Amino acid sequence: MIELKDVSKTFTLHNQGSAVIEVISNVSFAVAPGECVALTGASGAGKSTLMRMIYGNYLTQAGEIRIGGLDVVRSEPRDIIKLRRDVLGYVSQFLRVVPRVPTLDVVAEPLRALGVPTDEARDRASALLTQLNIPERLWSLSPTTFSGGEQQRVNIARGFAHSYPAMLLDEPTASLDAANREVVLSLIEDAKARGAAIIGIFHDEAARTRVCDREIDVGRFTPGMAA
Amino acid sequence: MTPLLSVQGITKRYGAHIGCADVSFDLYPGEVMGIVGESGSGKSTLLNCMAGHLTPDAGQVVFDTRTNGPRDTITMSEPERRMLGRTDWAFVHQHARDGLRMGVSAGGNVGERLMAVGERNYGDIRDKATDWLGRVEIDASRVDDRPTTFSGGMQQRLQIARNLVTGPRLVFMDEPTGGLDVSVQARLLDLLRGLVRDMGLSAIIVTHDLAVVRLLADRLMVMKSGRVVEAGLTDQVLDDPQHAYSQLLVSSVLQV
Repeated sequence: MIELKDVSKTFTLHNQGSAVIEVISNVSFAVAPGECVALTGASGAGKSTLMRMIYGNYLTQAGEIRIGGLDVVRSEPRDIIKLRRDVLGYVSQFLRVVPRVPTLDVVAEPLRALGVPTDEARDRASALLTQLNIPERLWSLSPTTFSGGEQQRVNIARGFAHSYPAMLLDEPTASLDAANREVVLSLIEDAKARGAAIIGIFHDEAARTRVCDREIDVGRFTPGMAA
Repeated sequence: MTPLLSVQGITKRYGAHIGCADVSFDLYPGEVMGIVGESGSGKSTLLNCMAGHLTPDAGQVVFDTRTNGPRDTITMSEPERRMLGRTDWAFVHQHARDGLRMGVSAGGNVGERLMAVGERNYGDIRDKATDWLGRVEIDASRVDDRPTTFSGGMQQRLQIARNLVTGPRLVFMDEPTGGLDVSVQARLLDLLRGLVRDMGLSAIIVTHDLAVVRLLADRLMVMKSGRVVEAGLTDQVLDDPQHAYSQLLVSSVLQV
């Protein structure tokens, strides 16, 4: 489902003496449907960078990143937008929303974008928010004023609203209490069971062991960091 | 899929000075594209060339018309272009007073555009106008008031209602949130995003506010000295800018 071939990335900082920083070189691996793969490595090894490259958020200088047949590295913006709408979900560490939009609509939005009728999308959003223990009295408020943990859970609800065939999860259990961590892990297990290919970053080792089938040490691909 | 708008080699000079040079891109139905750059980078010149307010020195602006398919709007006759401006195109000005008739009531401002496309029944026009005032969150009791009695944010929302009432397919926006205070901006952004999604609109938004494009635009073009220096997915250009100028632009934003 997700396939990387000889993927490399450099950052060129034009306004800081044109410094060229090689962050990742020659990464190759594949993730099959129903499989969850963990990216590991020390802080700064490039785990999040690699995830953002797969999402098309960062440009990739060399190699191929295929998701369901589409090469993200060489695609037009509109193909990537379509891929993100239909196929590839991403739960980042930060919630970014239009101010003033109620939480319920923030969570329902990925479904609305797919053309799901408003009521049905809101029903699905309500179910997820309930499951993630966001009190119903908060649903009509914008999540911008919520606590860190609440925002994180809204972000997860939004990421799981649509049953994406491929998912990227950046620290989905960070800043969650035990009960909510358990909910998130079961959401991941459900997604695997329905055949989603998942790449995740988990600092929480117990979580990683429980949901991930394999680990890939990104440090191996980081020039100058290989131990 | 046929692009809704295909812009090819647009160049506009002001004497020896370059307004914009050799700009090309395709916009597909439902896409929202942002154009950013500092003052004088040519983004408004480009927008005005595309919308037919300025005549470019070279290039084509091909629009996929409902009846005749793709047509170059620069070489089409003036009446045809004006008809497009009243039906499939809309233009939201930075200053609402440039896009409104200040001496006419709010309802009249919205109704006028309906009459321009042939609606004649007074009751229907008034109902539609009132419906649209509601959609942009202007109280129905203000329908007979003139926009001169409205706040800046209300005037901007009225301008949007006036523009969208005829169900356009392409909206040009020049700094739509410029000059409004931030709480009003947020409300307008929320409104615009909902309208774009629910009506399946395509839009081109010129702004210098990177936060606005991040929330509204799917794609982004960065302009400097009249030329496009970088283009791509909005979040990619903002988070991993490649060109020296885009990097400077992104790193210059003050963090709140």
